Amino acid sequence: MKDALIFDAVRTPRGRGKVTGALHPISPVVLATQVLQHLRDRNFLRGVEIEDVALGCVSAVGEQGALIARVAAINADFPYSTAAIHVNRFCGSALEAVNIIATKVMSGEIDLGIGGGVESMSRVPIGSDGGAWAMDPDIAFKSHYIPQGVSADLIASLYGFSRESCDEIATESHLRAARSWEEGRFARSIVPVRDILGAVLLSHDESIRDRNELGSIGQLEPSFAKQGQQLGFDSIAIQKYPELECIDHVHHAGNSSGLADGASGVLIGNAETARKFGLKPRARIVSTASIGSDPTIMLTGPEFAAKKALQRAGMSVSDIELWEVNEAFAAVVLRFVQAMNVQYDSVNVNGGAIAMGHPTGATGGMILGTLLDEMERTNKSLGLATLCIGGGMGTATIIERIN
Amino acid sequence: MAYSTFKVEIDADGIATVLIDVPGVSMNLWNEQLINEFDDWVDHFIGSDDICGVVLASGKESCFLAGADLQMLEDMQGNCDRQSRDGLIEKLTSCLRKLETGGNTSVQLMKGNVFAKPVAAAVEGLALGGGLELVLAAHYRVVDNNPRIKLGLPESQLGLIPGAGGLQRAMRLAGLRFATEMGVSGRSIDPVTAHANGLIQQLSPVGESIAFAKTWIKANPRVIQPWDAQGYKIPGGSGALDPRAIQLFVGENGKAQKVTRHNYPAIQAVLSCLYQGMILPIDLALSNDTKSFRKLLADRVPQRMIRAIFSSKKYLDSGQLRPVEVPQSKLDTIAVVGTGLMGSGIALASAMAGARVLILDQDKGIAEKGKNFAQDRLKLLAARSGIDSSACQSIMERIIPTGSYADIAEADLVVEAVFEDPDVKTLVIRQVETHLRTDAIFATNTSTLPISQLSRHCERPDRYIGIHFLSPVERMALVEIIPGAKTGKSTLAVALDFARMIGKTPIVVKDVRGFYTNRIMPVYLAEAMIMVMEGVKPALIENAASLIGMPVGPLALIDETALSLHHQLMVSTQRELGADYQPLGHEALLEKMVKDLGRNGRRGEGGFYDYHEDGTKRLWLGLAAHFPLASDQPSVEDVKERLLYGQLIPAIHCLADGIVSDRQSADVGAILGWGFPTWTGGPIGYIEHIGVNEFLTCANRIAEKYGERFRPPNKAEALFQQKSMFSPTM
Repeated sequence: MKDALIFDAVRTPRGRGKVTGALHPISPVVLATQVLQHLRDRNFLRGVEIEDVALGCVSAVGEQGALIARVAAINADFPYSTAAIHVNRFCGSALEAVNIIATKVMSGEIDLGIGGGVESMSRVPIGSDGGAWAMDPDIAFKSHYIPQGVSADLIASLYGFSRESCDEIATESHLRAARSWEEGRFARSIVPVRDILGAVLLSHDESIRDRNELGSIGQLEPSFAKQGQQLGFDSIAIQKYPELECIDHVHHAGNSSGLADGASGVLIGNAETARKFGLKPRARIVSTASIGSDPTIMLTGPEFAAKKALQRAGMSVSDIELWEVNEAFAAVVLRFVQAMNVQYDSVNVNGGAIAMGHPTGATGGMILGTLLDEMERTNKSLGLATLCIGGGMGTATIIERIN
Repeated sequence: MAYSTFKVEIDADGIATVLIDVPGVSMNLWNEQLINEFDDWVDHFIGSDDICGVVLASGKESCFLAGADLQMLEDMQGNCDRQSRDGLIEKLTSCLRKLETGGNTSVQLMKGNVFAKPVAAAVEGLALGGGLELVLAAHYRVVDNNPRIKLGLPESQLGLIPGAGGLQRAMRLAGLRFATEMGVSGRSIDPVTAHANGLIQQLSPVGESIAFAKTWIKANPRVIQPWDAQGYKIPGGSGALDPRAIQLFVGENGKAQKVTRHNYPAIQAVLSCLYQGMILPIDLALSNDTKSFRKLLADRVPQRMIRAIFSSKKYLDSGQLRPVEVPQSKLDTIAVVGTGLMGSGIALASAMAGARVLILDQDKGIAEKGKNFAQDRLKLLAARSGIDSSACQSIMERIIPTGSYADIAEADLVVEAVFEDPDVKTLVIRQVETHLRTDAIFATNTSTLPISQLSRHCERPDRYIGIHFLSPVERMALVEIIPGAKTGKSTLAVALDFARMIGKTPIVVKDVRGFYTNRIMPVYLAEAMIMVMEGVKPALIENAASLIGMPVGPLALIDETALSLHHQLMVSTQRELGADYQPLGHEALLEKMVKDLGRNGRRGEGGFYDYHEDGTKRLWLGLAAHFPLASDQPSVEDVKERLLYGQLIPAIHCLADGIVSDRQSADVGAILGWGFPTWTGGPIGYIEHIGVNEFLTCANRIAEKYGERFRPPNKAEALFQQKSMFSPTM
């Protein structure tokens, strides 16, 4: 089997996912287009070398519908010969897209491709595609469906994470992200988003709070108490986890990831292609894994996905020097740190989705790029990126830096 | 052609009036005969050139049609005659569809070239379940403007769904949200609400609905239902991508799972049929509902529920336990002695049933307080169930406070509800008997004291009987009637008549400690306390009880009723029985909680829970210091089983020992008495349904693991072979 090598990774800044967000005027197709163009142009490719583009996208309806990856590739002036696939593994979509391209390279199906993702949550609101899981009574009853926020609160209740410890994660996420920007740590991957006149609409992650604004996080009202108590979801959670007396609603707008707009892309190929087109390999994809877990608690998948990826790679937790765990909710990070018995100092060292937002279909590609940049900056050799996923899943990727 | 279940009159204008009047019953019900005859007639109507429209009405005074004949449904379950059962349901559904389409297909109707003859429902009495389904299939629905008329789809309360299109038509007329509320809650609505929400088109002055219907028919000779017209949309939004529908289903799915705890498949089926039905065209939606109904009818839960809360309850309510030879009594005046919580409740329930009630206490002032107490509770009740203020006023006028025992002479029945102390009760017996008329009956309300012992102080023990009311009296539907050793048959008959008069379901129970309900509850609650002592997480115990469908967790219930009271009962029982006392296993816990820790319950410093000022409560964290949590926790299935069998075993003992005389009493007594979940069909119904062998295997397995208290009685197996025990609904 061939090695899948990462040559480059780019991402847009994460814009606030609302009408007032800086990226709202830009359609999701154009967000993806700009990422594809940057990857092609800054690696001095013509486009014809890129055989397949896999893009994650969660709400694939409206302007994100009808296979947005193909539409974006055409719009980016990729040749018609470049194939495209849309990937939906909810919040793990972009990392899964990366993994799909990586495995295509490993298997020898393709020599060079792009994996990544896109989501404009300001333009195609989360849940726009409906879905049977929560809505169709037979499915909802059978699966003990509860909304994600209540799942996150369930994790906190089950594993003993207080409101204070969740708020600490949130504060730290903002501080870390702000420091990374100050120190220019995101510079290599960030591609500013431009309007049709070429003017920059957004060059920085939009939602990071100022240090002196962070005190207000402690005052925010819980976001999911009402759903949990009035619509019966706390009871459903407890029916599945009957050792709990009640659900502590610790999550709120400040310690959960924000809605965001953005796109990401990772250029992946084999060694032969690198030589042929003068691409410099930055890292090797060591192993990839996706798993399913209990859909009710829903967001504990990163632990199991990471363990599976480690096992496939013949590695142990102590081999990994840096971790990126998507900050969907503070409790997800806390649970991962607890379950894996790792130091929080080695997890999300540049902040995460609590500070910067979570453009669902794109985030996986973003955190993988951030991980690679940081491994290079601090001269680390092995890192793992993972995300929790709706429906009870997890996806993980282990990369090894190439000097 | 003559029909036996309805009359057809055709007037000079060619308008037929079908007056439904099923013979031999007070309320019209869809039975096999009515379905077959009505279907015949609908064919005739469609094919006839002489009839231009039809008014559907009832020949009964206050009932249009009260739904399906549950006895028929239950018999069909018993016979496993699925084909004929399913055939009937499908026949009714297609008959109603035929009525509204005039026998045309929906494709033909959609083109707008063909029509149906007008069908109007003129409703002058209650229309429930299948009755309302017939109304909704009519093109025009006019209902007498009478607030006493109830319209509803109560099927889900019996574990079924409206199988003949009621959900689909209610949704298509009044919208998804309204249909969901009707179908899930099963609550009835009055004509004004039905009209305001578009379920019916017209309210008529009382008695004029048929005339209104005829006028409408003359003006509308060719009609179709709105859902058969091109471009029809369900009002208020529908479809898997409509945000209003998404929001509704996500929320309703959550709430329904909270309420049902996955024990009641009908609620899920109602929601599922509405979900499918808002996407599918009417014919497919109707077919889906019928399939769902058939599936439920073959399911264990609805079978158990119908048997327990319909057949068995009917058996008890219809006086099967009453000595037949005693003539029906007439109780005009009731005297209630003691005006506390129970006394005032009994007075209220009696006054609501139309009796004149003398409410007697030490002096008139105290009695008046008791009356005020009754009034407060009537207000709450009125607010909830819509009793109007003039009715409330006349109820209260019937309650007459007095401080004089001499007034007892006016009473046909005296109910004594004083403090549960043999000495106090003995004193009252003397005073009451001084004035009691020789033809009057004397009942004592008690939950613990043996009747035969109390009756030793009676001059006429044959006229003396125990009635155990449950609290709050005005809301609890069960009474236990306990004849003492010397109680006469006629006294028992009067007590049963009284129960019937005040709308309570009676069970007749042997005069033993705890009677029936209070014999089982302590065993069940002790099981929860034993688990606490073993170190099972209290939350797991409470949630396991909730998962099997108990209304509150056992530890919460012990707190509510006060740990100190449980302790007191334990001590007095121990003292009374001496060496014969058989420990339940929870004694050390009660001793520790009450005597050492002062955890007396909710009204004290807290018990298993801490009670906060904002009305919330949390399990007491300090408990683990005294009863450390076990490192290995049992599975929730284990805990559920212990809590369930902790009720089944004492119930089967009660039946085996003749403490209750039959399955019906055991099942209904459990459901109405202490909230034993209806999905089980009652403890004995449940055992019967899972099979006595499976029950014995389970019980013996649990006994091996957790103790001899779970060992079933030796005669359990023989008991279930004894058919007479289970007649007449076997």
